[in-house]
Amino acid sequence: MPSTELAPALKTGALTFQDLLFRLQGFWAERGCVLQQPYDVEVGAGTMAPETFLRVLGPKPYKVGYAQPSRRPADGRYGENPNRLFRHTQFQLILKPPPANVQELYLQSLEAIGIDLSKHDLKFEEDNWEWPAGGAWGVGWQVMLDGLEITQFTYFQQCGGMDLDPICAELTYGLERIAAFLQDVDSIYDIVWARDPETGEPVTYGDVRLAEELQFSVYNFEVADIDNLWEHFNRYEAEAKDLLAKADALFASETAPAAEKRRFPLLATYELALKCSNLFNVLDARGAISVTERVGVIGRIRTLAVGVAKAIALQQAA
Amino acid sequence: MADFLLEIGLEEVPARMIAGAEAELGRRVHDLLTRERLLTPEAKVTTYSTPRRLAVLVEGVLAAQADTEEQMSGPSWKVAFKDGAPTAAAEAFARKAGVAVSALEKVTTAKGEYVGATVRRQGISATQLLATELPKEVLALYWAKNMYWRAGKPERFVRPVRWVVAMLDAAIVPLEIAGIVAGQVSRGHRVLHGEAPVVIDVAKNYAEALCRAHVVVHVAERRQIIRKALDKATRTIPGARWREDEPLVETVVHLTEWPTVILGSFEAEYLTLPEEVLVTVMRDHQKYFAVEDARSKLAPHFLAVLNTETDAEGAEIIRHGNQKVLRARFKDARFFWDVDQKNPLVQRVESLKHVTFQKQLGSYYWKTGQNRAAAERLGLKAESGRAKFDNASLLRATELAKTDLTAELVKEFTELQGIIGGLYARAQGLGEHVALAIYEQYTPASMEDNIPVSVEGQLLGLADRIQTIVAMFGIGNAPTGSKDPFALRRAANGIVKILAESELPLTLRDVLEAYTGDVFADENGIRVDPPRNIDSDQTPVAVAVFLRERLHFYLKDVRGFAYDVVNAVLAADASDVRDAIARAEALTAARASADFEAISAAFKRIKNILRQAEEKGFAVGAPQSAKLAPEAQALADAAAVLAPKVAALREKRAYGEALAAIATLRPFVDAFFDKVMVLDPDETVRGAHLGLIDGVLRGFSGIADFSEIVTG
Repeated sequence: MPSTELAPALKTGALTFQDLLFRLQGFWAERGCVLQQPYDVEVGAGTMAPETFLRVLGPKPYKVGYAQPSRRPADGRYGENPNRLFRHTQFQLILKPPPANVQELYLQSLEAIGIDLSKHDLKFEEDNWEWPAGGAWGVGWQVMLDGLEITQFTYFQQCGGMDLDPICAELTYGLERIAAFLQDVDSIYDIVWARDPETGEPVTYGDVRLAEELQFSVYNFEVADIDNLWEHFNRYEAEAKDLLAKADALFASETAPAAEKRRFPLLATYELALKCSNLFNVLDARGAISVTERVGVIGRIRTLAVGVAKAIALQQAA
Repeated sequence: MADFLLEIGLEEVPARMIAGAEAELGRRVHDLLTRERLLTPEAKVTTYSTPRRLAVLVEGVLAAQADTEEQMSGPSWKVAFKDGAPTAAAEAFARKAGVAVSALEKVTTAKGEYVGATVRRQGISATQLLATELPKEVLALYWAKNMYWRAGKPERFVRPVRWVVAMLDAAIVPLEIAGIVAGQVSRGHRVLHGEAPVVIDVAKNYAEALCRAHVVVHVAERRQIIRKALDKATRTIPGARWREDEPLVETVVHLTEWPTVILGSFEAEYLTLPEEVLVTVMRDHQKYFAVEDARSKLAPHFLAVLNTETDAEGAEIIRHGNQKVLRARFKDARFFWDVDQKNPLVQRVESLKHVTFQKQLGSYYWKTGQNRAAAERLGLKAESGRAKFDNASLLRATELAKTDLTAELVKEFTELQGIIGGLYARAQGLGEHVALAIYEQYTPASMEDNIPVSVEGQLLGLADRIQTIVAMFGIGNAPTGSKDPFALRRAANGIVKILAESELPLTLRDVLEAYTGDVFADENGIRVDPPRNIDSDQTPVAVAVFLRERLHFYLKDVRGFAYDVVNAVLAADASDVRDAIARAEALTAARASADFEAISAAFKRIKNILRQAEEKGFAVGAPQSAKLAPEAQALADAAAVLAPKVAALREKRAYGEALAAIATLRPFVDAFFDKVMVLDPDETVRGAHLGLIDGVLRGFSGIADFSEIVTG
């Protein structure tokens, strides 16, 4: 390998983007977490995937980790901004209930991805999180490494407007940021995603995702058909509301058999709510939602998301 | 005598909450020990805190409460002992006092002979008392935001409690807080010390032991370390100073256990960005201190306070990382600034049509038109009151005030809304008056904030706020209870504060009248029907009441006037804010005098009598209509002489003198109530009396309604 062509990643021995994910998954798998695959419906954050939003409900302990591509249409920059993406990747971890040494485990996970804490400055700074449309909030920190926010650490308190008991710890690692930090590159697109073991030839983040960033920015900002988006929104919403009304009647019934209650497709209802949430985000990026209209539309999504969460709580009890 | 140490080990507590909690913990421990008689007079309480702990050390704690003796007295001796033998009453008393019947004593008082008992109580040990009482005190600490963490939600606290140290000298106090049993093992710095236990041998060695574990537990000491380190790092650049920022110092003091400082740099080219933007990024987003040169200009450096100490290699890595983050943020800001300049503010007015102010009301384009109408009226009124300002600049600033909402830089730094508009106006040569008014339009942002410096900024701020309030009330969005989603209370507080602290010749009524209508107009200013279920006629009334409430809040909670003084002053007039302040000051000074108290009491009495009379349907007549008793006539004469004098003093705003003059009525009022039956059976006399006191009440309530004053 000619040394002049070495990317900083190799010089410093920093992990590639995919190795970073492997290490995090391996670290948490060794500590008893279920490794899930990314959820296959568009979400704005790993929190919204059912592995978080629905699993945190109820008393059953659960530990899960998964990488979740997260879409924020308004954050797209046509691939021109080195720090911003329409779709970024979160490594999302749910520890329910949180172990007493959860912070120490987190620090060990940083060591596992090659961060020598004795040579860095680390702070836990207050940063509380909420997702109003999901009736969800928690308290926690943004974890700052040398001035860069690398993780959001939240103790979930409520979800679907309901107090959680037990609560859970949610760790959200921003993979692109961490990779850019580790590899010391100035642009996300220069992150080495993978490297050919034979030739050392890098495949960069830009090689893998640039076209997607460009085209989705064009679509979200310029092309998406507003009337169509509203139409889709209204239809998904109508179906979700219809299902929720049926669920309400079913769970209120004392005569309906438990099996009937357990097979009611609330998970599918939740997907419809997620569809609405994503359509809202696209409409928002498209400039089709005014500041005050926002409140109303978020309220509609909230009705669905909170409605599903409350129904799930009843279903779990059935 | 012993030293008591309590340390509550926590996951990182929000920096903004630590100082208050540390002080409260010290107070609670001190009060508990005092209440329980466990504190020596020379005891010393020291508190400590870091992001991960709150601690208190009390030197001079008694090992146990002193034993006490108490005398109890019971039934009379005669009832308790019949012929020398104890009765049931004696036995019951002995039981109650916890002594044997044989220990009962005879107590002789002026009223006779009674049974007495001496009750001795053994003092409780400090260990026992702290173990039972202290956990309650700790869990009662106030936190702005709490959380649950344990299953079953047994308690709420700011963050999970992870360890507790509680010791009297070298002995562990067996207490339990949030499921954690206290011991003598603390924890050190996460990285510099690691997970090895930090054993505290005796309570008073706490700070020392933690220091060895790379934790400076004393807040003042960390503050000093940080200030010195900032000085030292800055000295490497000749002539430079770090920009003093006390709130930021406090923040980093509470973000660190072992603070050090690094100096970083950025490319000088970013200095062409406005200081406000650079400082906002550094201070608010990154918690860095700005560095300035000898001429107080920003220098291309920053200071970051670290929560660690590293070798040279580590320092280089950390500096590099911080610089990179800052550079990326500056780069974004520069990009947005440049993009924004391609489309100057004057060309952005139209695009406000696409920025919704409120769906039912309209866009910011609509709001701008409404603001302009309000500013125009306020400007006229202010000019007629001889305020000095440039009216054309006011109107221009109002037209452009909201255009920065379409700027990319504002979307990035929403907290710089208005400020960025002002900077753009300046950069685009719109004139200093226009630029400053736009820049200042959102000040005061809070009650601690200053009002705009420029008169144009003050007037724009008033116009913008009253427009928002009236329009929102008009469509039924008035705040209710704790719900105020459009921050209308803050807007109204801003109006009151601007009027109170400026020299504008305007009252709340003037402000309200500047914008009472045109609420329901479309983009082109054409009136449209108000939404259904909205009574638009009621809006100005509701807003007037709302503004009065905010004035009440300002006088009482911001200026600190007693609530009865505020009520009295506002009952007389609640429109002229600065006048209300002057009257409240005069009344506060006057109320303490005996004459004035008597007047207040008399006015209250007058009010009650008039209310009774009204309930009974008694007619109020003219004082002259009947032959009055000498005391009544004397009051009428005194009031007639005094009224014009008080009116003249009020006119001159000589409120202190006016109140002193009113107080001279006291002997007449006293004599009147002493000798005269107000509700005389004779209808004509009664009517004359009622007319007299009604006149007194009306004539002298123009500065304040004294009947509102609470008298001792």
